[in-house]
Amino acid sequence: MSVDLGVRNRPGTLGTNADRPDGVAKVQGGFAFSSDMWADNMLWGATLRSPHPFARIVSIDVSAAWKIPGVATVVTAEDVPGEPNYGLIMQDQPVFAAVGDHVRYCGEPVAAVAADHPETCRRALAAIVVRYEILEPVVDPERCVDGSAPEVHPAGNIYRHQRIVTGDIDATGDVVVEGHYEIGMQDQAFLGLESALAVPDPDGRGVELYVATQWLHEDRKQIAACLALPEESVRLVLGGVGGAFGAREDISLQVHTCLLAMRTGRPVRIAYDRAESFYGHVHRHPARIFMRHHATRDGRIVKIESRMVFDGGAYCSTSPAVLINGITHAQGPYKCDNAVVDGWAVRTNNPPCGAMRGFGVVQACYAHESQMDKLAAACGVDPVDIRLLNAMETGDRLITGQVVDSVAPVTECIRRTAEIPLPPPLPDDVDPLELPGGTGLTADRRHVRRGVGWGVSIKNLMYSEGFDDYSTARCRISDGVVTLKFATAEVGQGFVMLAQQIARTVLGIDEVLLDTIDTGVGSAGSTSASRQTWMSGGAVKMACDAVKARLLDHVSTTHGVDRDSLDIVDVEVVGDGFRIPVSEAVRGFTADETVEYHHPTTAELDENGQGNCHVAFAFVAHRAVVDVDPDLGLVKVVQIATAQDVGRVLNPISCLGQVEGGIAQGLGLAVMEEIVVDNGKVRNPSFTDYLLPTFLDAPRVEVVFVEQHEPKAPLGAKGVGEPPCISVTPAIANAIRNATGRELPRVPIRPHDVCL
Amino acid sequence: MTDVSPVSDPYVLRVNGREHRIEDSWLGESLLFVLRERAALPGAKGACEQGECGSCTVVMDGRAVCSCLVLAASAVDTDIVTVEGLGRDGSLSDVQRAFLDEGGVQCGFCTPGFIVAVHHLLEHNPAPSDHEIREALSGNICRCTGYGRILEAVHNVVVRRRGS
Repeated sequence: MSVDLGVRNRPGTLGTNADRPDGVAKVQGGFAFSSDMWADNMLWGATLRSPHPFARIVSIDVSAAWKIPGVATVVTAEDVPGEPNYGLIMQDQPVFAAVGDHVRYCGEPVAAVAADHPETCRRALAAIVVRYEILEPVVDPERCVDGSAPEVHPAGNIYRHQRIVTGDIDATGDVVVEGHYEIGMQDQAFLGLESALAVPDPDGRGVELYVATQWLHEDRKQIAACLALPEESVRLVLGGVGGAFGAREDISLQVHTCLLAMRTGRPVRIAYDRAESFYGHVHRHPARIFMRHHATRDGRIVKIESRMVFDGGAYCSTSPAVLINGITHAQGPYKCDNAVVDGWAVRTNNPPCGAMRGFGVVQACYAHESQMDKLAAACGVDPVDIRLLNAMETGDRLITGQVVDSVAPVTECIRRTAEIPLPPPLPDDVDPLELPGGTGLTADRRHVRRGVGWGVSIKNLMYSEGFDDYSTARCRISDGVVTLKFATAEVGQGFVMLAQQIARTVLGIDEVLLDTIDTGVGSAGSTSASRQTWMSGGAVKMACDAVKARLLDHVSTTHGVDRDSLDIVDVEVVGDGFRIPVSEAVRGFTADETVEYHHPTTAELDENGQGNCHVAFAFVAHRAVVDVDPDLGLVKVVQIATAQDVGRVLNPISCLGQVEGGIAQGLGLAVMEEIVVDNGKVRNPSFTDYLLPTFLDAPRVEVVFVEQHEPKAPLGAKGVGEPPCISVTPAIANAIRNATGRELPRVPIRPHDVCL
Repeated sequence: MTDVSPVSDPYVLRVNGREHRIEDSWLGESLLFVLRERAALPGAKGACEQGECGSCTVVMDGRAVCSCLVLAASAVDTDIVTVEGLGRDGSLSDVQRAFLDEGGVQCGFCTPGFIVAVHHLLEHNPAPSDHEIREALSGNICRCTGYGRILEAVHNVVVRRRGS
């Protein structure tokens, strides 16, 4: 850890390590997560799921479940009063699979119950008899691309096909390198399981839902449609969110919980267990990528050819957008004039996939960074030098034709990462606990090989292709106290802290209260796509600026000072020959401003994949050092060095936490984490079998923040959430290749990939 | 259906020095479930139900245990400490303070389990090496922080305790 955490500004303002407003409650155990919600007369809900990846439902008999004492209701597709389907982009996912229709993935909801105890729920689910006509699942995405697979859904088996064609497609290079790469299905594995409490209105005409989600308003839209209620009759309140990472962007239990509450007239809580959580949310798309680079003899990229196939699983979720992110980031953070990229997102009977931190770019980056090392080797150039040689700069044109007008310090990210000292070599008398395999004491020091590898990435920020993912914020001031309201989902990233920092900085007032995060104010968009610091931070700043303008008007009038000369400096209102504390200026003053912040509009891609589809970009470099036990294939990641383009550090410790946390997730994808799917069935839906990085797996992380303020960003800061987990995965893979000489085309890299 | 009532006889759990009379508990309920749903102590969290993640860590008769794996009835006549019992009179313990100061809290779901585990570690080993810290806390999973800030928080407490 080598970042300057020095505090220069007034405590609690931008640039400082402000206290988290939810921090004390979180360390004392009193913070109310959605799973802690409780109401008088509450029932428990539970969901019956399909054991088959593809089957036609012949019949559902719920009569035995109704007879169990304590069961309050049983619902199936017939009981859904409104739209039978939901979905973020395409409404193709049933609330419950219906008789006569199909279940399309293992774990698809078929029915739900509400009862007096979780155990009663389990018994009720076991008493429901569903007859299935089992079908052979479609599990090979290539059979969807070539059209040979049977139709999984009436909407077809291809979510989206998009080409990018630019420049001279016949261009060739002196050096050509290529590879087939594969990325496994990763789970977000947030710790706070899906849970919600629905409280029906006494008149039965509406419902209030306390839920852990990433986007309250989008949830509300989909819930209201399925319940056939006006949106204003569905009120959502953010329950405490135990991590998200993309997995809470889609509907999971929201409609079920509300439906059970409306049917019983009683509060209902649903809380998934870990196994159900693996079935209940979307995952990172597994992908197969072919990539070929043409380059000059000295290593300059001439052309990229790529073919990407993303397996979206049974329902659409965000697959079309994930695909676009993948193909539009195929070049990585490098100059490239000529490209032919072909991408498919397809529907299979595998688990549905959607958003996860990095959103399609993780997959593309794994391929292009694997390629960069191959190119370096083919040209006889150092892996660092080949990246510097091709590094993108502000003003460069992407393969989509879009000009990168963001600050693009790719070279600086690489150079500053390279300046971070390497760890000392393994001593001959190393503590064996420090070797790969750790306390297993399986490694022989003499056999352990050390490797170093690099990864560099570009990541788009905000939503793309014409989507107006605006954010709303309200700022009120009364009796010297500022109150902020927004619907921005706090999922752990610390937006609640940042919002207070912004208000303190703009208004010079330290006491900033936060109103409940709910649908009582306009949408904030989703907490995803590294967008909330920019978008909701922008909205909060605009709202505070509006209140500030009103305050300065007030001061000008009441004190007879020239309005144009007035400003707030630290905690004072200052003007021509005028200076009073803000605390005095706000006495008796009230203001209440609500604003929306919109980012510049973007465009959809045309048939050749051309168009200004992204809002802005951030960049990062990673260098990994690994020790490998080649006998057992065990890997220990020793150190990750990184320099990240953040625009501006608004909260040093918070940025550091995002970087270290993202790196751990990228490490997980590199060497540990994969949902194993066998003919459509998940084989490891538990924390015993799905391996997450523990304290002992976490490497030493050395961080440099590259601060070049982004002029387009309202606070000068770029989102920092996603870049850390993107290029660290190929950096680790490249380090293992460096140590072993193996090609290792697939992540996660398993022990037998290394040693057999 | 079973003819036997699923409801257990009332029993008493001693948590954070206070006796909680547990009524209407069903047979087979875990200590985690009873603490959260019947004793109004939601600090311990459930995230895996298999003893893999440590979110439900509490101390039982001086041993750190995963409360999801403990049958509530078997905890009768033991002394249980949960995260709610660590600070005195609502103030923060040094470990709780250090987690905040060092950025060890993001979503906070793993935090109560970690706080209990760190207290337990430092009571038994006031000056742990980094490896001992990592080993002792490897049963607690954090998905947000990557553990770096949590390691700093433990360092912070060790240094402060040594100085006092």
